[in-house]
Amino acid sequence: MWKRDESVKPATPPVPAPAVVPAAPAAPAAASMPPAASERRTQQLQGEHVNIGKSVVIKGELSGSEDLTIEGNVEGKIELKENILTIGPNGKINAEVFAKAVIVLGIVVGNVTASEKVDIRDNGSVDGDITSPRVAIAEGAHFRGSVDMQRATAKAATPPAASNKPATPAPAAAAQGQKVGA
Amino acid sequence: MADSARTLTDLFGFLGNRRAADTAPAAVTPSGKTDDVSHPTKSLQKFLTSLQAREKPALLDLGPVVGSNVNFFGEHLGCRIRVEDLAADIETHLKKGNTDELPAFLEKRFTQEPGSVDGILGWDMFDYLDKKSAHVLATVLASLLKPDGALLCFFSTTERLESVYTKYVVVDPLHLRYRTYPATRARQRALLTGDIIRMFKGLRVSDSFLMKSNVREMLFRKNPA
Repeated sequence: MWKRDESVKPATPPVPAPAVVPAAPAAPAAASMPPAASERRTQQLQGEHVNIGKSVVIKGELSGSEDLTIEGNVEGKIELKENILTIGPNGKINAEVFAKAVIVLGIVVGNVTASEKVDIRDNGSVDGDITSPRVAIAEGAHFRGSVDMQRATAKAATPPAASNKPATPAPAAAAQGQKVGA
Repeated sequence: MADSARTLTDLFGFLGNRRAADTAPAAVTPSGKTDDVSHPTKSLQKFLTSLQAREKPALLDLGPVVGSNVNFFGEHLGCRIRVEDLAADIETHLKKGNTDELPAFLEKRFTQEPGSVDGILGWDMFDYLDKKSAHVLATVLASLLKPDGALLCFFSTTERLESVYTKYVVVDPLHLRYRTYPATRARQRALLTGDIIRMFKGLRVSDSFLMKSNVREMLFRKNPA
């Protein structure tokens, strides 16, 4: 009888497996955090951060050089090539998205292109094609579309760029301001 | 008494060593704790090998989206993956009560050009389709594949009454973890191997494995141009 118990134990894990999504170990923890707390924490970590509130509706092109959290509605195009875009739980995006990293807790309809990572958290939804070297899709997230992880391109493109510009930011990028078009 | 769960196959195991794949250990989490039961797979490795030589292959996944699988295939193959959740489509038809429209729906379901896909992960989707729908899907998938493209499918060899779909989570090229979730109806009648082979016209069976879990894993290849 004792023997039998021992053999059964490993089959019933006490905790949900974090190893199921090995590429995003931080995602489940962050997703379980209340949205407001997670937002505050992100703001503390990032120097500059802009929020677009629940009641804001933007139609057109949105670009900038600061990290951005969207809780409202955006239709058109979003371009934050050097920064992180977070679509909050209330955010609804119907746009083409270009950013360094994209974190989705709300709804996105449109193609998403990120130079670093796309992270679709629990209850986040993406209907569109994703192009990014790293993609994390949490359990409970909705995704319909294709994923292009650009393995060869990313590996070939990154090292020369890093060696040319070790620490100083590009002047053009530094001078670029935030632009919200209507 | 304690070993009442043992099958005859296990008892015969005393006569000699069991196959390595059948005695594979459960997956181990990074924290070192044994997590969940992982099931051996023999066809996935062959599926990956068939696509590795191709540059940026196009992959079609017919199962529900599994984030870690997207990463796995992206990292192993550097491919473009398209997820088309057929289980969700079957569910929608079942809930609306119009399963008779499923064959016509499947015929027009995919937007990809014929001969544009390098590999298809069909998982066990055929188990949930009636005979007519299964034939239509097999024909469509065969037409989507590029010459020498690969299709991986699992077929249950026994009747299973539980109403669940299975998410196949890739642990590594030799192991899968099964994660089930509720379905409106159970798997349909198990297909015979001969019927399966006849169903996939234009494809040849590259590999076929009958696993201890009563699942037949089959890897089909389209004939080279």
